[in-house]
Amino acid sequence: MKKIAISQLNTLFAAIAARKTLYIPADDGAGSAKFTVWQEGVTLTDKLNTVRSAKDLFFPQVENLVNFKVEGTKIDIVENRDAAEPFVVFGVRACDCASFDILDRVFLSDPVDTFYQTRRENGVVITLACSRPAETCFCGVFGIDAANPAGDITCWMDGESLYWRANTKKGEQLTAALDLADCDGSAVTAQQEATREILKKLPLNSLDLSDFKDQKLLDVFNSPKWAQLSESCLGCGTCTFVCPTCQCYDVQDFDNGREVRRFRCWDSCMYSDFTMMAHGTNRPTQKERFRQRFMHKLVYFPNNNEGIFGCVGCGRCLQKCPIHMNIVKVAKALKEELK
Amino acid sequence: MQERLKQKAIQLLENGTVDRILGWKTGEFFYDLTPAVFTTREQIEKDFVFNVFSGANLSKYLIAESRKGGKIAAFIKPCDSYSFQQLLKEHRIWRDNVFVVGVQCDGMCDAAKLGDGVLSVKEDGENLIVETLYGEKTVAKADALADRCASCKSKKIVIFDELIGEQGEETENDRFGEVARLEAMTPEERYEFWRGELSRCIRCNACRNVCPACSCEKCVFDNANSGVRNKAAADSFEENMFHIIRAFHVTGRCTDCGECSRVCPQNIPLHLLNRKMIKDINELYGEYQAGADMDTKPPLTNYTVDDCEPSIVHERGGL
Repeated sequence: MKKIAISQLNTLFAAIAARKTLYIPADDGAGSAKFTVWQEGVTLTDKLNTVRSAKDLFFPQVENLVNFKVEGTKIDIVENRDAAEPFVVFGVRACDCASFDILDRVFLSDPVDTFYQTRRENGVVITLACSRPAETCFCGVFGIDAANPAGDITCWMDGESLYWRANTKKGEQLTAALDLADCDGSAVTAQQEATREILKKLPLNSLDLSDFKDQKLLDVFNSPKWAQLSESCLGCGTCTFVCPTCQCYDVQDFDNGREVRRFRCWDSCMYSDFTMMAHGTNRPTQKERFRQRFMHKLVYFPNNNEGIFGCVGCGRCLQKCPIHMNIVKVAKALKEELK
Repeated sequence: MQERLKQKAIQLLENGTVDRILGWKTGEFFYDLTPAVFTTREQIEKDFVFNVFSGANLSKYLIAESRKGGKIAAFIKPCDSYSFQQLLKEHRIWRDNVFVVGVQCDGMCDAAKLGDGVLSVKEDGENLIVETLYGEKTVAKADALADRCASCKSKKIVIFDELIGEQGEETENDRFGEVARLEAMTPEERYEFWRGELSRCIRCNACRNVCPACSCEKCVFDNANSGVRNKAAADSFEENMFHIIRAFHVTGRCTDCGECSRVCPQNIPLHLLNRKMIKDINELYGEYQAGADMDTKPPLTNYTVDDCEPSIVHERGGL
């Protein structure tokens, strides 16, 4: 275990930023926090988490895939993927860090998504343990310990010090380059115990999703509850865009007649043109679109991934859904059905 | 108030006036209410809620609900009633299939103003007793008042079949104060302000989808055949442009209900764009409040010989 005084945090960030681009959660000037490139003057937020998740650094909302340049009868294929520079992201919470495991299963399984893979290889993840969770947090449901997050490096912060533990080779390499003092783990252990007492009190942490692990796919799919659960859904993409595990994207072309820029961008199962096919859409109303999102997270994903749910309990959808409908309410309503 | 609404809902269902009730449903906490349709006494007794977090404007749901057959009763607050009447004026809601219960409102609260870890909230007169993960505290309702309610334009319920609570009047307010502040900026400062605000947009479309004035069955931006569908921005100005165009599109129909800013996950003050348009209309064509009545013609779709000429742009200091 290493540590550095909070008063030296700026020096630490400067030292990291001197080697690689550093992102830290900073206030966005509108009452929330966002991952921001550190430079002199950017300070760590005291907000629990960012509105947009750490996913964005590995799977950005929009990215170039390739350009096609047409001259006469000749078509040139021009590689134009973003320069994949090495970076460090500091202050990732346990939930967001766990979301990488879920995204890895999607993007790093065959066929490997090289865009995502490059960013994962180039990124060093420094997590920050939670000590003041929100009522909307329920990462414990998914076996995530907010007091002991994973990542290349794990940090804890109290009023005086930042504690630092390297977990991986990447983490050790970065640690070796920094000026940190050795220390024992007693302060961290004390904080973890205090945090876990609060985690026990979180009202949603006791949510039991075990019913969804059995093969009850059709029971859930055909439940009459979906109509009521989805009836006031606005069909916006807020839940999917703030979600650290939503991974769906669309591939589209900008075509100016001479050049085609092929890009991919996040898509949302809540949108009417999601997975539009030649025959039209297979999800004609908001009920089917809404159902897709929760079936994916609660049933399809675990069925295909050794029971791992497609949710990390970060609570962003609980906070941001304009009509306050969310995975917790859906799971609770459907559980009654499964009994 | 909640009990009176529940009794009314049950009465309207059981005496056959309507077969459905549109209201707000309880959540996991006190503040996370969801608009919902109730069809039985049991559902209403168990889940119907009306409290300081019943902010969601239910009017837009009535476009679809009024077409489903049968009759639905909806609880409509003063500002929601302007949206409802505006939709009627646009022939979007089938009036005969809706029973409007007007509900007086003392202003809605913003849960984000209650601080961290809110487990439950109790209303206690002018205060909210807030139980959090980190202890209990008392917050004055006035301190937790939603921004849009702090500059409430009217307590008047402009259309209803039945009223719960007192009828109110239009109120003195400072809703154009912030617009005036922006107008006083130099064009460069104003440009920077809006670039800063709109750069946070994630294009989730929550503002568009919640907006009662945005009631097209299929938005041009969702239509693959339109040629302008854009799930991704071509450049960093495109999201900015989207909001400016949307504000123009709803001009003269926007009632200033403030739902766009309420639902924005990135806290972009979108209502200021709409208020600027309303303020300009007031100054150029005379005072006009969308949704205030069924009869007046919206200034932008009504030609009069006194209308200002395009040169007004120059006269007001534009290029």
